[in-house]
Amino acid sequence: MIELENVAYSYGGGDLLTDISLRLQAGSFHFLTGPSGAGKSTFLKLCYMELAASKGLVQVFGQDVAVLGRDKIAIARRRIGVVHQECQFLDHLSVEENIALPLTVSGRDVYAERQNLADLIGWVGLTNQRNQLPPELSGGERQRAALARAVIMGPDVILADEPTGNVDWEMSQRLMSLLIELNKMGKSVLVATHDLNLIRTTKAQVSARVLRIKDQRLQLAGADL
Amino acid sequence: MSILGKLRGTFGAVAEVAGGDRAADRVVPPTGFTATLTTFTAGAMAFLAVFALALSLATGRLAERWASELAQTSTVRISAPIEEIEAQTLAAQEVLRTTPGVMRSRIMSEEEQMLLLEPWFGPDLPLEDLPIPRLIEVVEDETGYDAAGLRLRLAGEAPGAFLDDHTRWRRPLVDAAKRLRGLGWIAIALIALSTAAMITLAARAALAANAQVIRVTRLVGARDVYIARAFVRRFTIRAMFGAAVGTIAGSIAIALLPSAADEGAFLTGLGFQGWDWLWPLTIPPLAALVAFWATRSAALRTLNEVK
Repeated sequence: MIELENVAYSYGGGDLLTDISLRLQAGSFHFLTGPSGAGKSTFLKLCYMELAASKGLVQVFGQDVAVLGRDKIAIARRRIGVVHQECQFLDHLSVEENIALPLTVSGRDVYAERQNLADLIGWVGLTNQRNQLPPELSGGERQRAALARAVIMGPDVILADEPTGNVDWEMSQRLMSLLIELNKMGKSVLVATHDLNLIRTTKAQVSARVLRIKDQRLQLAGADL
Repeated sequence: MSILGKLRGTFGAVAEVAGGDRAADRVVPPTGFTATLTTFTAGAMAFLAVFALALSLATGRLAERWASELAQTSTVRISAPIEEIEAQTLAAQEVLRTTPGVMRSRIMSEEEQMLLLEPWFGPDLPLEDLPIPRLIEVVEDETGYDAAGLRLRLAGEAPGAFLDDHTRWRRPLVDAAKRLRGLGWIAIALIALSTAAMITLAARAALAANAQVIRVTRLVGARDVYIARAFVRRFTIRAMFGAAVGTIAGSIAIALLPSAADEGAFLTGLGFQGWDWLWPLTIPPLAALVAFWATRSAALRTLNEVK
């Protein structure tokens, strides 16, 4: 689904990531860990084509990202659900409209999909908040709304960047259980987090590979977790 | 892409904008100074465009009228000693009567000559005490006469007779009117370009102010044309609304201009006549088209710059 081969990313004259290779396969669950500033967010941005690799090959759904036009990148992104730590909503739209935004921008009839939308909002527990504006939500509610938006298009891959960064432990568990549920539905999930406790707890519930960025390189994390 | 393909693309984009998409419209926040700026600019420019249009049409009419009226009339002036003036006038009349191309000629009465001189000398002009030349008005038929031949014949029969066929001062007047009409159209073109420039600036400001909208919509898979369309539709509608208000105001102002009078000369003729009143109706859709084009190119260029 997403494949990186000997990828490097440089910024401001220095290498941020070097010699990165990874293949995200259908139905896989990966954690990406590493200290703050190690390049986890950069790695995710390479995966959903917000950044272009300085070297190497990035393939998304079998297409070389380097030669993809902007329109094709946009269409490919519809198959990737992204959850940001900052969530990134349009504050003038209601929670429901924000969750439906991927449908809107892809030209799908939101009214025809209203039942799916309502089910999804219920699934993340935001039925009572559906008409509120994003700034009125708590941190956990925002993360759940972001997750709902990420999955509304039925993506093949879900990339989550510190999805539990702004929420308490109980909410972290709830969010992770939603991601596990999605993985069990066949979605590939990649979660970037520096929270090792969360990784340990989740690994008990799902078969997940843990990757670590260290010294600009991607490693498979061992038993030291 | 061929020209036909480009045209098809443009008309398709216009149709999409005209069709509308309520959900897409909501993606861009509705408020902001750019909304007011666009509406006001379009309104002011449409108001000016109505006047430029009126000027252009009025000067066009004037040029045609002057050209047709003056082209078929000329004057023979008899400047001779008082004792010879009557005989030379009759001789000149006879020459004119037998000249091919002259439909009719008529000696202007003293009252008519007085009316011509009144604006310069006042109403109580003692015409009989002044050495005023006699004037003969000549109206030519459709074929016209040979001016050079007529001058030669007049010189032989009535030496004090001088033919003025008006071409000396007719041409500059008609040229001036035509040039004024051209300036009117140039003014309209400049108004359209200024509108496009101002709407481009407003659109770019709106895009810069909505960087978060662009970032988020791209994140969830929006294509550049979708983002551009959300802005284009809004600016096109604002420009059309502003232009409609400006056009109505401009048309009312033109309609309230004093009606044409004999002494009114050029200015009272400024306005629309008959079917001319339909011309201002073209301004709002044209303003919308200008706004559509300006916003679309500004949006796509800006989106191309934002990586």
